[in-house]
Amino acid sequence: MDILSPMEVTAVLLSLRVAGWAIVVSLPLAVLAAWVLARWNFPGKTLLDGLIHLPLVMPPVVIGYILLVTMGTRGPIGGWLYQTFGIKLIFTAEGASLAAGVTSFPLMVRAVRLSVEAIDTGLEAAARTLGAGPIDRFVNIMLPLMAPGLLAGAIVAFASALGEFGATITFVSNIPGQTQTLPLAIYAATQQPDGEAVAARLATISFTISLVALMLSEVLAHRLRLLIGQR
Amino acid sequence: MLDVAIRQMLGSFDLDIAFATENRGVIALFGRSGSGKTSVINAISGLRRPDAGHIRVDGVTYYDSRERIDIPVEKRRVGYVFQDARLFPHMKVLTNLEFGLRRVPEPERRIALGPVVELLGLSHLLDRRPRNLSGGEKQRVALGRALLSQPRILLMDEPMASLDAARKAEIMPYIERLRDELNIPIVLVSHAIDEVVRLATTLVLIAEGRVVASGPVGEVLGRLDIAATTGVQDVGAVLDLTVARHEEADGLTLLAFDGGTLAVPHLAVEPGRAVRLRVHARDVIVALEPPAGISVRNALKGRIVEFAEVGPASVDLRIAVGSAFLIARITRQAFRDLGLAPGREVFALVKGVAFDPELVASMRAPAVVDV
Repeated sequence: MDILSPMEVTAVLLSLRVAGWAIVVSLPLAVLAAWVLARWNFPGKTLLDGLIHLPLVMPPVVIGYILLVTMGTRGPIGGWLYQTFGIKLIFTAEGASLAAGVTSFPLMVRAVRLSVEAIDTGLEAAARTLGAGPIDRFVNIMLPLMAPGLLAGAIVAFASALGEFGATITFVSNIPGQTQTLPLAIYAATQQPDGEAVAARLATISFTISLVALMLSEVLAHRLRLLIGQR
Repeated sequence: MLDVAIRQMLGSFDLDIAFATENRGVIALFGRSGSGKTSVINAISGLRRPDAGHIRVDGVTYYDSRERIDIPVEKRRVGYVFQDARLFPHMKVLTNLEFGLRRVPEPERRIALGPVVELLGLSHLLDRRPRNLSGGEKQRVALGRALLSQPRILLMDEPMASLDAARKAEIMPYIERLRDELNIPIVLVSHAIDEVVRLATTLVLIAEGRVVASGPVGEVLGRLDIAATTGVQDVGAVLDLTVARHEEADGLTLLAFDGGTLAVPHLAVEPGRAVRLRVHARDVIVALEPPAGISVRNALKGRIVEFAEVGPASVDLRIAVGSAFLIARITRQAFRDLGLAPGREVFALVKGVAFDPELVASMRAPAVVDV
C-alpha cells in the first residue's frame, strides 16, 4: 500500500474496526427491537418506535452532544462505567463505535423488522404443535427465515457506520490513530492547505468500500433467500 | 378417548361446544364455514385457550379451567395438519418430516420414519424443497410430519379444502389408511359432505358455535333437521353395509346390513368387506305393501320415526330400517293420502345409491347408481 501513508492506512483500518464493532454489538439489540416492534402490541409502542428511529432524523451533532453529556466520564452512565469497570468511552475508539452504532441502529432495525413481518406466524404455530419451545422456534425457524433481512440490515448499517461523522467528532473528537476514522481523516485533510490529494484518495476508498458492501449485501441476500427456499 | 367441553367468546361469537366419544377412528367436525369448527381444534391443540371447560384426550387432561390445568401446546403432542400445510420453507422434506420426531425422546418413539414415508408415498420427495411440491404432496408431507411427532391425537383442519378434486382423491386414501392402520384418534374439520361420508366414524355437527348433533355418521346424517343446519343440498342417509356375495350371472353385488339386503351393480370389493354408501332422499319411494309388479327390487321393511315438512309441497320421512335410518322425500299429497305417521310400518324402495368416488370409478358409473 505505497500509495497510502501510514496515517491513512491507520484511518481505514480503524474505520473498519469501529464500524465492525458497532454492528456486532448492536445487531442482537436490533433483532430484539425489531422483534418487539413487529410482533408485540403494547402501550407506548409508538413512543418506542419513535425513539428507535430518532437518530435517523436528528442532527448527528445532537446525538454526539447527548452521548457527550450522558456517556462522558462525568455523565450519569459514562461516570458509572468509568468508576465501576474502568471503561472510558469518550475520546476512544470504543466511543466511536458507540456513536456509529447509535446512528446506524434505525437502519438495522428497519431491515430486520421487515424480514420478521414477512414470516408467516402460522409457521411458528406449526412448530409449537411439533413440540418446539420458544428458543427452539427462534433458533430453528425464525432466525433462518429472517437471515436475509438480518444480513442486509447489518451490511447497510455497516456501510452507514463507516460514514458516521457528526456524532463521532462531537463525542470522541478527531484524534489520529484513536478516533480518526475515514470521514474524520478526510475532513482533517480538507482543512490542510496541501491535503487535497490525501482527501481524494481517502474519498475514493470510502466510495469503494460502500459500493462493495452494498453489492455484497444484495448478492448474499439473494443466495440466502435461495437457501431458505423463498425464491 | 376424546372429551371436549369448552366455552369461549371470540369477539361477539359465542362458542359453546361439548362432545365426547369413546370411538377411535375419524371424528368429523362438520358444519358451515364460520360455525366454529376450527376454533374447537385450536382449543384442543392449545393454540387458543378457551375461557372455561375441559379437554381430555385418551386419559390426559390438556385443559381444565376448574383444576387450573393448561398444558402448553409444545407439550401436548398433538399432530396438527393445517389447511395450508405450513411446511418450513427453509428445510427439505426430510428435515420437515423429522422436525417433530427429533423433539420426542427416543424411548417414546413408536411411529418410525420409514413406515410413514412408505404409507404416504413420500420416498421420491425427501430431497425436495416445499416450494417445489404440488398442493397434494405438501399436504401429504404435512400429514407425515404431524404423524412423526408421535401424537396422542391427530387434528386436521380442512386438509383438502385448498385442493382440486383430483388432488383430493389423491389424499383421501392416505387418510383412510391412517384411520384403519394407526391407533390414533383423528379429528377432521370439514365442510364437505363427501369427505365426511367417506372418512368419518363419528360425526359432530356444529352450527353457530353449538353442537347440533353428534354420534355415528349414519345416525346423525339420518336426521331430518340436518339439511337446515348444514346447508347440504342433497338430503340423504348413510348406510354401512358389508359385501355379502356377488351374483355373477346378473352382474350384481349383494350388500347386507341388519335391516336387510341391497342389490347393486357389481362392485370390485371382496365379500366380507365394509362398504359405505349414501342414499339420497329423492331416490327412496315409500310403499305400504310389499311391492309387486314393479321394477324396483330393493325393498327394505322399516318404520316411520318422524317427519318434517320441506318447502311448499314435500315431506321428508325418517324411516328406521334395522339399526340404520333412511330418509325419503315424498309429496305432501302422498303423505296425506297414504295416511303416513310416525310408528307406521312401511316399505322403503331404494332406486338409486351413491358410492365413494373410488368405487364409482371402479364401476365406471356416475356418482349416483340406479339399482
